Amino acid sequence: MTAVPESAKPTSFLLDGRAVDALPGETILQAARRHGVDIPHLCYKDGLRPDGNCRACVVEVKGERPLAPSCCRTPQEGMEVATTSERARHSQKMVLELLLSDVVETTYTRDSELETWARTLEIDTPRFAPRRQPEPDASHPAIAVNLDACIQCTRCQRACREEQVNDVIGYALRGSQAKIVFDVDDPMGSSSCVGCGECVQACPTGALMPAKEAGLIEPDKTVDSVCPYCGVGCLLTYHVKDNTILQVTGRDGPSNHGRLCVKGRYGFDYITHPHRLTRPLIRKSGIPKSTEITIDPADPSDVFREASWEEALDFAAGGLKKIRDEKGGQALAGFGSAKGSNEEAYLFQKLVRTGFGTNNVDHCTRLCHASSVAALLEGIGSGAVSNQVADVVEAECIIVIGSNASENHPVAATFMKNAAKAGKTLVVMDPRRTELARHASYYLQFKPDTDVALLNAMMHTIIEEGLVHQEFIEQRTAGFDLIKQNVAGFSPEEMESVCGIAAETIREVARRYATASGSMIFWGMGVSQHIHGTDNARCLIALALMTGQIGRPGTGLHPLRGQNNVQGASDAGLIPMMFPEYQRVDNEEVRQRFEALWGVSLDPQAGLTVVEIMDAILDDRLHGMYIMGENPAMSDPNLHHARQALAKLDHLVVQDLFLTETAAFADVILPASALPEKTGTFTNTDRRVQLARKALDPPGQARQDLDIIQEMARRLGLDWQYHDTAAVYEEMRQAISALGGISWARLESQDSVTYPCWTEDDPGRPVVFQKDFPTSDGIARFVPARLIHADELPDAEFPFVLITGRQLEHWHTGAMTRRASVLNAIEPQPVINVHPEDLTALDGAEGDLLTITSRRGEITAYARVDAGLQRNEIFIPFCYQEAAANLLTNEALDPYGKIPEFKYCAVRVSVNRTAEA
Amino acid sequence: MKHNGERGRKRPRGLRTRPKGRSVDSQALREVQTLLADAPRRRDLLIEHLHLIQDRYGHLSAAHLVALAHEMQLAPVEVYEVASFYHHFDVVKEGETPPPALTVRVCDSVSCELAGAEQLIPVLEREFGKTVRVQRVPCVGRCETAPVAVVGQNPLGPASLERVRQAIERKATQASLPAATVDYQAYQAAGGYQVLRECLNGTRDTDSVVRALEDSGLRGLGGAGFPAGRKWRIVRGYAGPRLLAVNIDEGEPGTFKDRYYLERDPHRFLEGMLIAAWAAEINAIYIYIRDEYPACLQILKNAIAALEADPPMALPAIYLRRGAGAYICGEESGMIESIEGKRGMPRLRPPYVAEVGLFGRPTLEHNFETLYWVRDILERGAEWFASHGRRDRKGLRSFSVSGRVQKPGVHLAPAGISLRELIDEYCGGMLPGHELYAYFPGGASGGILPAAHADLPLDFDTLQPYGCFIGSAAIIVLSDKDSAKAAALNAMRFFSHESCGKCTPCRVGTRKAAGLMAQDRWDVPLLEELAQVMGDASICGLGQAAPNPLRSIIQYFPEELAS
Repeated sequence: MTAVPESAKPTSFLLDGRAVDALPGETILQAARRHGVDIPHLCYKDGLRPDGNCRACVVEVKGERPLAPSCCRTPQEGMEVATTSERARHSQKMVLELLLSDVVETTYTRDSELETWARTLEIDTPRFAPRRQPEPDASHPAIAVNLDACIQCTRCQRACREEQVNDVIGYALRGSQAKIVFDVDDPMGSSSCVGCGECVQACPTGALMPAKEAGLIEPDKTVDSVCPYCGVGCLLTYHVKDNTILQVTGRDGPSNHGRLCVKGRYGFDYITHPHRLTRPLIRKSGIPKSTEITIDPADPSDVFREASWEEALDFAAGGLKKIRDEKGGQALAGFGSAKGSNEEAYLFQKLVRTGFGTNNVDHCTRLCHASSVAALLEGIGSGAVSNQVADVVEAECIIVIGSNASENHPVAATFMKNAAKAGKTLVVMDPRRTELARHASYYLQFKPDTDVALLNAMMHTIIEEGLVHQEFIEQRTAGFDLIKQNVAGFSPEEMESVCGIAAETIREVARRYATASGSMIFWGMGVSQHIHGTDNARCLIALALMTGQIGRPGTGLHPLRGQNNVQGASDAGLIPMMFPEYQRVDNEEVRQRFEALWGVSLDPQAGLTVVEIMDAILDDRLHGMYIMGENPAMSDPNLHHARQALAKLDHLVVQDLFLTETAAFADVILPASALPEKTGTFTNTDRRVQLARKALDPPGQARQDLDIIQEMARRLGLDWQYHDTAAVYEEMRQAISALGGISWARLESQDSVTYPCWTEDDPGRPVVFQKDFPTSDGIARFVPARLIHADELPDAEFPFVLITGRQLEHWHTGAMTRRASVLNAIEPQPVINVHPEDLTALDGAEGDLLTITSRRGEITAYARVDAGLQRNEIFIPFCYQEAAANLLTNEALDPYGKIPEFKYCAVRVSVNRTAEA
Repeated sequence: MKHNGERGRKRPRGLRTRPKGRSVDSQALREVQTLLADAPRRRDLLIEHLHLIQDRYGHLSAAHLVALAHEMQLAPVEVYEVASFYHHFDVVKEGETPPPALTVRVCDSVSCELAGAEQLIPVLEREFGKTVRVQRVPCVGRCETAPVAVVGQNPLGPASLERVRQAIERKATQASLPAATVDYQAYQAAGGYQVLRECLNGTRDTDSVVRALEDSGLRGLGGAGFPAGRKWRIVRGYAGPRLLAVNIDEGEPGTFKDRYYLERDPHRFLEGMLIAAWAAEINAIYIYIRDEYPACLQILKNAIAALEADPPMALPAIYLRRGAGAYICGEESGMIESIEGKRGMPRLRPPYVAEVGLFGRPTLEHNFETLYWVRDILERGAEWFASHGRRDRKGLRSFSVSGRVQKPGVHLAPAGISLRELIDEYCGGMLPGHELYAYFPGGASGGILPAAHADLPLDFDTLQPYGCFIGSAAIIVLSDKDSAKAAALNAMRFFSHESCGKCTPCRVGTRKAAGLMAQDRWDVPLLEELAQVMGDASICGLGQAAPNPLRSIIQYFPEELAS
C-alpha cells in the first residue's frame, strides 16, 4: 500500500458533539454540509474564493475567544465546533437581522438567500433603523442594478474580478458608505462591463438581476443544454415558461465551470424575433436575383411566397435532382454548417456524397482554420487540439497569438486570465492590442503580416542559445535540419525592423517559452486568415516540436475554434477532401469502407472548397446548391464575387432561421430550428462531445433540421430510416473511431465526454500525442516557412491595412445576434475602428461617418477610436450587413488551406460628410 | 436620415464611438507619466502614486485615476476602490467641484471634543467655509494640545479662531520640523548603534539578544501586547525571505507616544529596528507611517538618508510608506494590505502574519515604540527594564495622557501604576475646578472606567476583568463636567467612521449602535445584543473592541442612562 501523505488524510473533529471527518482542504462549512448540517451563509458561494465577510456562518470553536467563520476555517484534528450554540446562533441571527434592516422590502428575486436564511432562523421584522438607500441603476440593457438590496457580500466583485477577471466591479469607499461600484463608480451601462452576467449569477439577494424582472417569473421547466455560440462549449441551463426562454444560467461544465459570456447568457431571444421564418418560402416566378440585396427580412412577400412543406420540399429537392440528372453530381454542391449538430453535419455530408454523388461539400471552417488544419495534418497528423483550454492551470507559459480571446472566446479567456493572475507567464502577440494584453507579462504588438518573421526569430533564438529539446527532436520528429537552415537567417536583431518587436523581447519570450516546464500556444484567425496562414501555423508547430512543448499536460497546440461545432462538423466530414474522421476521399481503401457503410458508390475525386465553389459557379461548372445555416453572402471575401455567383445559380436551396443575405438569392427557403429547439451533440474546441437538449418547440411550421435533411434525402432517392437523433449519432460513431467509447446513452448521463475515447469506461484523452503522433510513422514533421507578404500591400492609393474580425456581442454574420435584443442594444451600429491619431489626421472625429474603399468595394460606417490599433490599421467587424466588411476583403487564397486573406488588405479611408446613415 | 454634412450632426441612438468604459485621456496620461517619472509601476506603489497626484493637483480627477490605471496596467476600478477608501484622497468626478486649495482639518475625537472642538468647528466653518474646506477628522495624534486644527499640514494646538486665521493669512500651511531632534551624529556620539555593531560583529549572539528581550518582559506596545522576543523567534522559524513591517499608523484616539519619541530620537527606533531585522533574519523592512504625521515622515526620511549615506553596517532595504487617512491601517493586517497598495481591509486569521504576511511572506510586525526600547534593554540589561513596575507589574509604559489634567503629554511611568498615581505624580493633578469622574484607559477602544476604579494597576491583562484594556496606554481623563455617555457616543461614531466596511457586525453594527446611542433613551437590551455580535463575530480588533465603551456605560454609568 502506498502511504497517503499527511495532507491528504481526512481530519476528524467534533461537530455539535458528533465525531465527523473533514476531507483535505474542506472547510468547517463544507464538511458540515456534507454531514447534513447546513450552517447559515451569504458571502460564501461554491466556486468563489471564500471571503468570510458576512459573518452569518460563524461558529463556536472550543478554546477560541471570538467566533470563527466556518466558510474560511479548516477543522483541526480534535477541534470541537458548535454551530448552534447560544453564542453562535446569537451572532448568526444578529448578522441576518442587521443585513435585513439594511435592504429594502421590495423583492427582486424569487430566491433571496438572505430571506431564506432569515426564515430558517425565524427572524421577524428587523429592529434597527434602515439605511439611506441608493438609487436604482437601469443603464444596462441586460442587468438591473438595485443596490438597495445589496448586503456588501462582494460575491459579485469576486465573480467579476477573480472568476471572470473582467475587472469592472469593485468595492469602494469604506465603512457604512462602502458600496459596489462599476469602474470609477459609473453607471453599469456606461462602464467597461462586458455583460457576462457572472455577477447576477453570484448575487444572493437580487441586487443584480436580469433586466425586466425576468428573475421573478417561475419557470415551467429547466433544461440542461449547450451554448449555441462559440467553440468554448459552455454548458448552460435554459429556464423556460410557455415555450419561451426566461433566462439562462451557467452550468458547471468542464469548459466553463458555470461561467458564461454576454452572448450565452443574454443572447437568446433571436429565437422569437419577428423575422423568424415560420413557413417555407418559394421565390416568386420572374423575380431576378440581384447582387444588391434589397429584400426586407421582415416582409419578403415581394420576392417570396409561402408554400406548404410538401410543395417546398418537392421543389427544393426536385430542382437539385434535375441538375444532378442532367448535368451530373459535380454540378451540385452543399454548404453545411458549423452551427449545426454533429448529427446534422454527418447527415448533410452523407446527403451530398450519396444523394448528389459529389464531394463538393464544405463549411465555414474553410474560412477560419483551414490553414491551421492543413499545417497540423501535415506536421503532426491531426487537426484537433493537443490540449484543452483547462490545461492552462498546468502550464507555466501561455502564448496567445492572433486571437482576441476575450471577445471571441470570452470564457476560455477567463481561464487564461486566471492563469496570468496565478503568476504564469502570459504572452500576447497581436497587431491589435485587445483586452487580454493588459493581463499579459509580455505584449508583442507586431506589424501585421509579419508572423513568420517573429516566430522564426524565436526559433532562431532557441536554436542559437541551445534551448532545443534534443531528445524530443531525435526521437519524435523529422526534418529539424530544414528548420535549422531556414531560421539561420532570421536572427531577432535582423527581424526587429521587420516585425517591429525589439530583439531582446523576442529573445526573452523565446527563452521563456522554451524553458518553461510547460508552454501552451493558443491561436486564432489572426494566424490562419492569411495567404501565409499555413506557414504561420507551421512555425507554431515547429516551435512546439523543437522544444518538446507538446504531448504533456500544460503544453501543446490549441487553435481556438470559432463556432460551437466547427470541430464536430469537420470530424463529421463537412470537408470536400475527407470523409468523416479526416479519411481522404482519394484513398481507395477508405472509400471502400464508406461505400460499404453507406451502401452506395462514392466519388473518388476531392470536392471543391468554399471559394472554389463560387468560382465554379461563375465558370458555369456548378449550377445548384443546398446551403444549410451558412451565410456566404456575408462571410465570403470580396462579396461582390460571392454574391454574383449565388445570383447565377439555377437552383439554390437555403435552410435557415432567418432570411439571411444568402437566402435572398434562394429559390426556396426551408425554415429550420434554433439550437434550443433541438437535441444533438456538439464538439467544442477541446474535443469534448457535449449534449444539447431540446428546450423549446420550433415556432410555426419551422422544422428540425435533421427532419428536413431526411426529407430532402428521400426526395433525392435515398432510403434513410433514422427514427431519432440517437440513431444518426450511433451510425456516425461507426464512422468515427475516436468516438467509439462515447455512446448516446453515455452522453445522456454525462453530458460531456472528451475524445479520443475508445471504450465505454475510457474517461477520454484530454492530452494527446503523449507517445506518438497520428502520422503514418508516428513521427512529427518540421516544415520550414519563408517570409512572404500579403497578397495586397498598402500603397499611395490605398494606404491603410484593413483587418476584419468580430465583436464580443455579435456572432459571425450577425444573423442571430443582431436579432438578439440585448446584444443589439449594446452594439447596434456598424463601426470602423481607427487609431485616434489617424482619425485626427483625417480631420475626423469620433462618431463621424467614414468611407472605406478597397479595390473591390466600398462601405460607410461610424468611426470608433481604438488606441489598441497601430497607425494605418483599420479594424472592421464583419457582422453588419449594412456595412459589410467583406465587400472590401481580398479573396486571395492560402495555397494549402485555401483560406482567404481576411486579415489583410489595402484600403483607403475618408471622412464621409454627405452620406446617409 | 439625411445628413447635412456638418460636424456634430445627430448620431444614431446607442452608437458607441469608443471602446466600452472610460478611455484614457492623453493629457491626463502625460501628466501622470510626468509625476511618476522613473518610479516603478508596481501595484504596491499605488497609494504612493495616488499621493503624488493628490499632492500636485489637490484632488484625484477621474481622468487621472483612469490614466494612472493604464500606466500601472490596472483596471480603473482597482485604482478607484483604493483611492476612495482613504480619507486623504479627494476623488473628483466630472461635474463635481474640486475641494478648495486649502483644507483645515479639525479633530473631533474624544480629547478634542472635551476641549471644545464642537464649539470651534462651526465658528471656523462660518468664518472660512467659503474659501477653505473645514473638515472634521478623527484623532490626529496631538491630544495633549487639544483642540487641534491642522491648517494644510500645519498642526495648531490648542487651536482657536485667531490662530487658524493667522495661519491661513500667513499661508503657514506646512508642518515645521521640531528643533530638538537628536540627529545621526549626536546619536552616534552618545554611543548609538554600538549595540547594533556588537550584534553584527559577533559580540552578541542572536540567542542572547532574543533572551534579553524575553527576560525584559517587553511586549507589543501598539496595544496587543504580544511578547516581542517570542515574536522574533516565531518569525525566524519560518522559511525566508522574511520581512519586517513597522507600524507608525498611530491612530487610536488619545495616543501620541510614537510621534513624541520619533520627533525626539528617531535613531533609537532605527537601531532597534535594525537589531530586530538582524535577529529575525529579515530581508527587507517596510515602515508605514500615518499621513497625519508629515513632520515625522520627513524626520524619518532624513534619518534614514543619513544612515544610508554612512551606514554603520550593511543595511537591509528600507522602504517608507505613507498612509492616507485610515485608522484601520493601524491593524496589523490592514496595514499589510495598505503597504501592498490595496484597501486597508484586515485579513482573516489564521494564517497569522508571522507566517503569511506582507506579500505573502513571513512578516515580523512591530509597533514603533516596541522597537524604540530594544537598544536600551540590550544596553542596560533586561533587569533594568523589568525592575520598574508597581503592584507586581514589570516594565515601563509610555502613557499618552490627555483630558482634564494639568500636564497632559507622554509620561513614562512604571507599569502597574494606578490612574490616580499617574495624575498626581506625573500630570500635576486634575485641572482646577475639575474632579475625576471617569477615564479611558486605552484610547477609544479600551472602554471607560469610573473614578471608583482609579486605583487599578494600569497594565496589560489587569483591566480585562473590568471589561477594559490598556491597549496603547492612551489615557483620556474625564471630569465631573463631562458625560461618559457622550464620550462613548463619540467613540462609537469614530468606529463607525473608521470601520473598513468588510464585515457585517462592524460595518452595520457600529452604524446602528451609533444611531441608537445618539438617542436620549438607550434601548439597552438591543444595544447589548448588538455589542455581543460585534465583539464575538467581527473580523478584527476594531469591531471586536468597538462595543467596549458602550458596555462600560451600561455597566458603570447607569445614572447617565436613567437621566
